[in-house]
Amino acid sequence: MTDILLLAPVGLPLLTAIVAVFLRHAPHWQRRLNLAGSLALTVAAAALFAAVMDDAVLSSQMGGWPAPFGITLVADGLSAIMVLVAAVMGLLIAIYALADIDDTLLRRGFVVYYQILVGGVCGAFLTGDLFNLYVWFETTLIASFGLLVLGGTREQLDAGVKYVVVNVAATLLLLISIGMLYGLTGTLNLADLSRTVADIDNDGLLNLISVLFIVAFGIKAALFPFFFWLPASYHTPATAVTAIFGALLTKLGVYALIRLFTLVLTHDPAFTNTVLLVLALLTMVTGVLGAAAQNDVNRILSFHIISQIGYMILGLALYAPLAVAGAIIYTVHNILAKTNLFLIAGILRRHAGSLELHRLGGFYQARPALAVAFLISALSLAGLPPLSGFWAKLIVVQAGMDAQAYAAAGIALAVGFLTLFSMTKIWIGAFWTPAPPDAEPVTPPSRAGAWALQAPVWVLVACIVLAGFTAETLFGLSLEAGRALMDPSTYIATVLPPGA
Amino acid sequence: MDTIVALSAGLLVAGGVYLLHAPNLMRLIFGLMLLGNAANLVLLAGGRFFGAVPPLIAEGETLVAGDPANALPQALALTAIVISFGILAFAIILVLRSYQFLGTADADAMRLAEPDTAWESPGESPGESPGESPGESR
Repeated sequence: MTDILLLAPVGLPLLTAIVAVFLRHAPHWQRRLNLAGSLALTVAAAALFAAVMDDAVLSSQMGGWPAPFGITLVADGLSAIMVLVAAVMGLLIAIYALADIDDTLLRRGFVVYYQILVGGVCGAFLTGDLFNLYVWFETTLIASFGLLVLGGTREQLDAGVKYVVVNVAATLLLLISIGMLYGLTGTLNLADLSRTVADIDNDGLLNLISVLFIVAFGIKAALFPFFFWLPASYHTPATAVTAIFGALLTKLGVYALIRLFTLVLTHDPAFTNTVLLVLALLTMVTGVLGAAAQNDVNRILSFHIISQIGYMILGLALYAPLAVAGAIIYTVHNILAKTNLFLIAGILRRHAGSLELHRLGGFYQARPALAVAFLISALSLAGLPPLSGFWAKLIVVQAGMDAQAYAAAGIALAVGFLTLFSMTKIWIGAFWTPAPPDAEPVTPPSRAGAWALQAPVWVLVACIVLAGFTAETLFGLSLEAGRALMDPSTYIATVLPPGA
Repeated sequence: MDTIVALSAGLLVAGGVYLLHAPNLMRLIFGLMLLGNAANLVLLAGGRFFGAVPPLIAEGETLVAGDPANALPQALALTAIVISFGILAFAIILVLRSYQFLGTADADAMRLAEPDTAWESPGESPGESPGESPGESR
């Protein structure tokens, strides 16, 4: 039973992708398949989540080879939360894609890439093996290449080249760091690595490997100073693609950093956490300042992804159960709020034909309900109570105070204000100012398309508000996951049963 | 053996990084290839070079006779080679396509997705509205 629970979130999307290949000339069926596959994944992820809540850590050895020789799948609190959120996002964006993705893109294989992307992300969240993590990163990467250039427009090709080169270089760096860590320890199983690294008395080499990992995953997570590929590429593809990228891809890098630096590379926290702390603060500040200089809604939002990644890594760098819990809550909150903003921006683009602020306007009058949805998500992103972002920011700042990192806490608060500034800029530019005189007449999507675009937006708004009002539950879950990360003995004992 | 492999890996990384700084897209791809090969060498070297006997146990024995080679890094390198083959095939096609559509293979000249005119007066950005145009025929 455990085997199926752990395999389903990886296997179902990959299976859906294979079926989608055979249905590629039937866009109508592809849409249904995408929805069915995403729904099945959500059910599987919910079942896994429930099982992990009962039973702390689940693990399963693929092919019956015992760890550390075989490939292990592990689900602890962090993995279960991330898989659940990824599955729900996959479902919501699949609904949005019903109307957003046209038949041409479906014939070119949108569903195939989409499902492989989601499956790869779930695989990376669940694997207990470092080399397997690399393979899942590559899976996700290849799928994201396909999605990015699917439209074949000139902007997408331009963005695609930069995205591909930087990300391939990052995975190669990851491969080199894995090779070096393997050379030092002789194992690739994360739980086994955790034990082995503790016995190794070569902090210099371990620090070098740590920095290599920080660079490799930092490029994936768009940390300062490795973030330039993100705002260069995320605004070019279709909205559904941008939304799933924004929801899952950078968070994968964050997840890998959290996993690695709480479980494996804990030999010299003073050194690694200082590096992470400095990078996190610089990421927050440069991201939010970069956003202030932009005039395209999607590019503003892309820069905010970067700044928000800083908060998550800040939580990791403060290195205490509360701080790591803050990083987890922040990740969940950010996925909800940021995805919703991208989805709303997509609806705006449908109406105005552009997302440059000077070409937008009048949406407060034209679409008051959408304006409210935007306002709620934007205020949550900036961290206003009682929305989800407030609690996420509160916990990270509180953890900073506990660790006496007052400067870090202060910067985190200041960046929150600057986020509010950018959000206000979009609000004024797109919603308050009257529509520009030369604006094309608004062409709303068909009735059937309209609900598919709006339903996910309202579900996400409900999630953001609900997460704000039930913060206690979310906090409890994350704190438990954070405690488990800081004390990985249960994780190790589950993967490598003592006496076995 | 270790010294030779370490030197070659270092040389490949140096060459790869040098090529990655070139503006020409084809050179970028070559840089990635060199970097990929360096990564494979590092993986192999991580398993040490100490034996040439296949790690197979003869019937009736419980140990490998002689010094067995470490099979795991070979499997890892093989996986990495296959993956990078696929990715590089994609990257080469992508570069070819962008050369055909954008008319340049110079990375510095590719500013469509990030126009310089972010702060300038409206209507000057060169590209059409992103994402929505149906794209050239495939």
